[in-house]
Amino acid sequence: MDTVFGVKYDGGVVIAADQGNARSILMYQRNLDKVVPLSSHSAVGVSGPNADLVNFSEYIQKNIALYELSNDGMKLSTHAQANFMRGELAAALRRGPYQVNVLLGGYDESTESSSLYFLDYLASLQKVNYGCQGYASSFCLSIMDRDWKEGLTEDEAVAIVEHCMQELHTRFLIAQPNFIIKVIDKDGVKTSKFGADPADT
Amino acid sequence: MSYDRAITVFSPDGHLFQVEYAMEAVRRGSTAIGVRGKDCVVLAVERRALAKLQDPRTIRKIVSVDNRSVLAFAGLTADARVLINKTRLEAQSYRLTCEDAPSVEYLARYIARTQQKYTQRGGVRPFGIATLIAGFSDPTTEGEEGKPVLYQTDPAGTHSSWRAQVIGGRNAKSLREFLEKNYEDDMDEDKSVRLAIQSLLEVVDSGAKNMEIMIVKADGKAFMEESAIDAVVKKIEEEAEESKEAKKSSD
Repeated sequence: MDTVFGVKYDGGVVIAADQGNARSILMYQRNLDKVVPLSSHSAVGVSGPNADLVNFSEYIQKNIALYELSNDGMKLSTHAQANFMRGELAAALRRGPYQVNVLLGGYDESTESSSLYFLDYLASLQKVNYGCQGYASSFCLSIMDRDWKEGLTEDEAVAIVEHCMQELHTRFLIAQPNFIIKVIDKDGVKTSKFGADPADT
Repeated sequence: MSYDRAITVFSPDGHLFQVEYAMEAVRRGSTAIGVRGKDCVVLAVERRALAKLQDPRTIRKIVSVDNRSVLAFAGLTADARVLINKTRLEAQSYRLTCEDAPSVEYLARYIARTQQKYTQRGGVRPFGIATLIAGFSDPTTEGEEGKPVLYQTDPAGTHSSWRAQVIGGRNAKSLREFLEKNYEDDMDEDKSVRLAIQSLLEVVDSGAKNMEIMIVKADGKAFMEESAIDAVVKKIEEEAEESKEAKKSSD
């Protein structure tokens, strides 16, 4: 069961996800990167079966790239990307749903602000200040409710994420030893920390 | 035998007139020149005089079709837009299925295939454009760097690689001869740019306002600034004056 969380702060968004790839009793890999960059200044943390996770995120990623190329380099806002993503989830819902629950975070240079969006496999869309997908929500939403406030710095936001990770390590039945944390701000998407290097094949 | 089944039918002497008329449409378009250097490709297009009230930024003759591939066209602008959109979609589709960037050759082949399809189908007409596609090949696994490539397609649906080529404009033939005379292998960026601008000056009134130059290198692409173009134009004209004076004095 994947864990994804995100916290918005003043000037950026932090998105973290566990790095496990498992099915039934088998652990396929421990270094999967589930926070997929969609554009230069946005990334989506995805949870769900690996097929849908990869298929859906890559499909959205290529469509966003097509938009930017076809429109003279104009970047899609995070709001637009979230709505595009929701539209695709909704269209597929009554055909063959994408079983993905995501948190999309992005920074918009035009408004110099960051935003975080919660989307689930039923094509819900909600702009949030912080969010969790998966069992993590039972453990971590209350921590975020308590710790989050307006005007956080990047370090404070990462601290909230680390606080949540610690709680999971203590109380969550399923061991998720490796997490990858990415930060999206005016300089783009960068990997802040990972438990296991996703590049190691 | 009803002749309105397909718009492109063979003539008794083996011509496809619609395709040849499409090539005439290309000749009526504005000139585009491509020059392949040692480590760059230069695309230079003629910017025809615009109406006073028109915003020049909305007229784009050199466009990106993928991160590292650019395309210049000559002929019917609307046809170009359709073909370019198809190509952009194909490039992203390739990236989605192969998790790798399409090569310039692949894109040229795709454009050529599409153009050919429209010469052999009912109820459609050929695209009235020729394209020049520029980019770099991928670095090889042995560690060799990527090489510059320049491809051309035409309304018949053929595609081929060129070291320098010109499409569009009434003087394409004489310009090609000019390029053949003055082209050298392995030119550096400055020489390639100079050759491209020099050729374009044969058909275009002097001045950076009338041309758009794009330089594609292994690590990226950029339009040339107007001031930089003007500087090269000035130099070319000065040297032309000097050689004229030298000739006069030697006579």
